[in-house]
Amino acid sequence: MSDKKNETNFEINKVINQPYKYGFTTNISNEKFPSGISEEIVSLISEKKEEPDFLKNFRLKAYKKWKTMEFPTWANLKVNEIDYNGITYYSVPKQKKQLNSLEEVDPEILKTFEKLGISLSEQKKLSNVAVDAVFDSVSIATTYKEKLAKSGVIFCSISDAVLYYPKLVKKFLGTVVPPGDNFFGALNSAVFSDGSFCYIPQNVTCPLELSTYFRINDKDSGQFERTLIIAEKNSSVNYLEGCTAPQFSENQLHAAIVELIAFENASIKYSTVQNWYSGDEKGVGGIYNFVTKRGLCIGKNSKISWTQVETGSSITWKYPSCVLLGKNSSGEFYSVALTNNFQQADTGTKMIHLAEKTTSKIISKGISCGNSKNSYRGLVKIGLNANSSRNFSQCDSFLIGANSLACTYPYLDIWNPNSIIEHEAKISKVSEEQLFYLVQRGISVENAVSLLISGFCKDVFTMLPMEFATEADKLLSLKLEGTVG
Amino acid sequence: MNKILEIKNLNASINDKLIIKDFNLTVEENEIHVIMGPNGSGKSTLSKVLAGHPSYEVNSGKITFCNKDLLDLDPEIRAHEGLFLAFQYPIEISGVTNYDFLRIAYNEKQKYLKQEELDPLEFMGLTQKVLTKLDMNPSFLNRNLNEGFSGGEKKRNEILQMLLLNPKLVILDEIDSGLDVDALKIICDGIIKNLDKKASLIVITHYPKILSYLKPKFVHIMTDGKIIKTGNLELVERLEEKGYSAFTKT
Repeated sequence: MSDKKNETNFEINKVINQPYKYGFTTNISNEKFPSGISEEIVSLISEKKEEPDFLKNFRLKAYKKWKTMEFPTWANLKVNEIDYNGITYYSVPKQKKQLNSLEEVDPEILKTFEKLGISLSEQKKLSNVAVDAVFDSVSIATTYKEKLAKSGVIFCSISDAVLYYPKLVKKFLGTVVPPGDNFFGALNSAVFSDGSFCYIPQNVTCPLELSTYFRINDKDSGQFERTLIIAEKNSSVNYLEGCTAPQFSENQLHAAIVELIAFENASIKYSTVQNWYSGDEKGVGGIYNFVTKRGLCIGKNSKISWTQVETGSSITWKYPSCVLLGKNSSGEFYSVALTNNFQQADTGTKMIHLAEKTTSKIISKGISCGNSKNSYRGLVKIGLNANSSRNFSQCDSFLIGANSLACTYPYLDIWNPNSIIEHEAKISKVSEEQLFYLVQRGISVENAVSLLISGFCKDVFTMLPMEFATEADKLLSLKLEGTVG
Repeated sequence: MNKILEIKNLNASINDKLIIKDFNLTVEENEIHVIMGPNGSGKSTLSKVLAGHPSYEVNSGKITFCNKDLLDLDPEIRAHEGLFLAFQYPIEISGVTNYDFLRIAYNEKQKYLKQEELDPLEFMGLTQKVLTKLDMNPSFLNRNLNEGFSGGEKKRNEILQMLLLNPKLVILDEIDSGLDVDALKIICDGIIKNLDKKASLIVITHYPKILSYLKPKFVHIMTDGKIIKTGNLELVERLEEKGYSAFTKT
């Protein structure tokens, strides 16, 4: 739905255009491979990382599969052709040799994370959050490792996991998102460089919130990280993910995979605040964010919950999904996606009900400003054997200004007659009358818009961990500054 | 007596259609003025123009509000300076609690006046007092702003806001529409008893009923964008008897 006429006399379009705060670059020397992708490059990545054979084969298989696949065109996105040979697939800050403590990390990199508000030095750490920081392709530091180890929780970079826990990696990697799952999934499987690995043993409630912070620094690098989280029987974990990148006029590719596995009675809560560089007000530059996130509720009564706040990236293509295999298992998806200028988002979820008494809930809030395009795309599938299953979906869109676009594409694929599916969708606009009411009470137009937006997103923000919720709220107001005036 | 508001030769339009024509009105401290007029006479337009609704254009004229040029002020500044418009149809906003909204509005005004802002607890104390005065249930505060409120609740919520923001000039835009007699009495009592003693009121209405509660000093008849007759309550009696046409023909 769009509207050519400018429907409000409050000039909303000034509020959103706040300069990107994280657009700086860090000067550090990198070890990089030549740009381009080939079997040699894929092998080289694997060799460079001294990976076991199974992983090298996994990568090569994925690469071969990728070669036969085509860029997905079904999304409501206009994407400039990506030159996969113009991308550097491996970029590592130099001096990366077995880091034993934080003192050995390049101070420039530490400073970068400080600037981003992510403190890695453990004295100043965020209270109760263990952080894994990924810079370009490599995990730089993981805090609180020892404290976690005491409870049996493994939280490290995926490269370390390959070295130290190869059996676990071999057993689970690619079981949720197989190498040939989709175009970008296959690409990631071939060239993924690093990411986080997390294993929660039986009967353990992870004592800390786990967090990964992703940063793309290098101009020609793609970032292909891979996250794998396993929650064994009766365990639970809260996981947070944050992302930023510098400002470049070229588009950069980010193609990640996140795999979650929850066994009997286990629960995983995965929250993302994505603020990659979104391009400038003319739509130049910005991150192409093509991400595959999927969770497997494999055990009885298991639960996976995705919460995402997507404000960045020039293009977002992302559908965090749940496959409900265990009886009585449940999946949740809470999303806020804000697009501005020429940003495009096609995001949503898939809830695949394959066992009886499975439940899922989808709350999606899309906010479109400027000339942006914001689509919700979601699949609810109830399999033949998923007796007495239930889904509730609510997809709300909010339009600011006259040139933005909001679309909703719900897909319902129902094979079981004893299940209940509910879908609600709503599109609203910032109305001049709402603004006038708030402004007449002395609230400035900018604050009024922020207030309307946080009200609109409230159901999702309450799902985020406290400090993330505050950050997300601030991030949205920041992005909105200048849309009104 | 101090002048609160002085409107001189005001002409205002919406979508290039002239609605307010050579309008004049002076309101002094602690005065109640009633503006009555048939549908389409420009009463609500006048209130929107005074509050600074962006869709309305002022073509000419001058408005002085507490010694300031009102037309120079942004709508939120007009509010901070003490102009309050009680809406005929208060807007519903979901996801924002009444309490958060009230506190933000209150603190923005405090900030503007360089006075202390209140934290949520302090503000609760202040709000409780006003709620008691209006005989309102505190559960009001936790509900989303006007969402699902009955007509009477919405109007009462307007008065709650009015008392918290302590304005110098209140415009009641058909506050009586959609209210039963009992609700109307509660609201009028709430206004009369609690509004700042120096504050003035402009009451826009179709119905004489509200006037028996508010006892205005001035009654103005407005047709076709201007005041054609000014008097006291006796004017209302004539109006009830003979209708607006009696005034337009003279």
